[in-house]
Amino acid sequence: MIPVTWYLALSVILFSIGMYGFLTRRNVIIMFLCIELMLNAANLNFVAFSHYLTDLRGQVMTFFIIAVAAAEAAIGLGIVVALYRNRRTVYSDEINELRG
Amino acid sequence: MLSKFIFLYCALMIVTTGILAVRFRNPVHSVLAVLVLFFHMAGLYLLLNAEFLAAVQIIVYAGAILVLYLFVLFLVNIREEITTKRFVENHNISKFISFLVFLMLIAVTQSFRLGVPGEWTTDAINQATHTKALGIEIFTSYILPFEIIALILLVAVVGGILLAKQDKQEVVMAPDEGSGPLTKGGQK
Repeated sequence: MIPVTWYLALSVILFSIGMYGFLTRRNVIIMFLCIELMLNAANLNFVAFSHYLTDLRGQVMTFFIIAVAAAEAAIGLGIVVALYRNRRTVYSDEINELRG
Repeated sequence: MLSKFIFLYCALMIVTTGILAVRFRNPVHSVLAVLVLFFHMAGLYLLLNAEFLAAVQIIVYAGAILVLYLFVLFLVNIREEITTKRFVENHNISKFISFLVFLMLIAVTQSFRLGVPGEWTTDAINQATHTKALGIEIFTSYILPFEIIALILLVAVVGGILLAKQDKQEVVMAPDEGSGPLTKGGQK
């Protein structure tokens, strides 16, 4: 039997990797990809809780999170395409239109 | 014992491909590393007796979302990415912040205690089969969130099409210049 804390630790590591990538990468598409990593860390936590609490609620939540992730990817990548069409760049530090 | 070995293998692969996805210079390589990560995540779901979610993970994440990412990557210019720098300036601060969050979350994890167990034990799920058990839960207790998520997906699809649609009235920028205000008629 695997202790539940192993799953929590793996989830924490994955979340930190996603956060590191989101804060450091310049490419907006890779930043979105790192958000997917963080969502997957949350999913892993939900499924582990669901298994160890013998309750299906966590898996239903995971199902909804996957749907929200799909919606987020569609909207976010649509924004990236519009951004590239208008500004010819996908780098987050070159998008400084509102800078004072 | 065997399940621990499988868990450690999946965890090792997830951490390695996660770090590689952040570090790779070519964005297509990053997406492929995340693809491997999603497959091992599905393996962990199988280990946790969630077969339906493992299938959904592969079909939706690996099959749909990552293909969407690849399409958008091919729409924008990748050739430039290989020569320019990958990280923002002062990325050591971000590294420090995410490491701090990691330490904090690990410290919190130690004090975790499980709550009151529910009624869907592994035997009960196996008796009803996993997909049927999940379907019973979704379509009885969680029917309202299910309808809401359907609406959210519809709005997202329509919004994605609207955002990516080429507007005939608006004018595309001069191709050699990357910035400047949008004007009608193609002149600056």
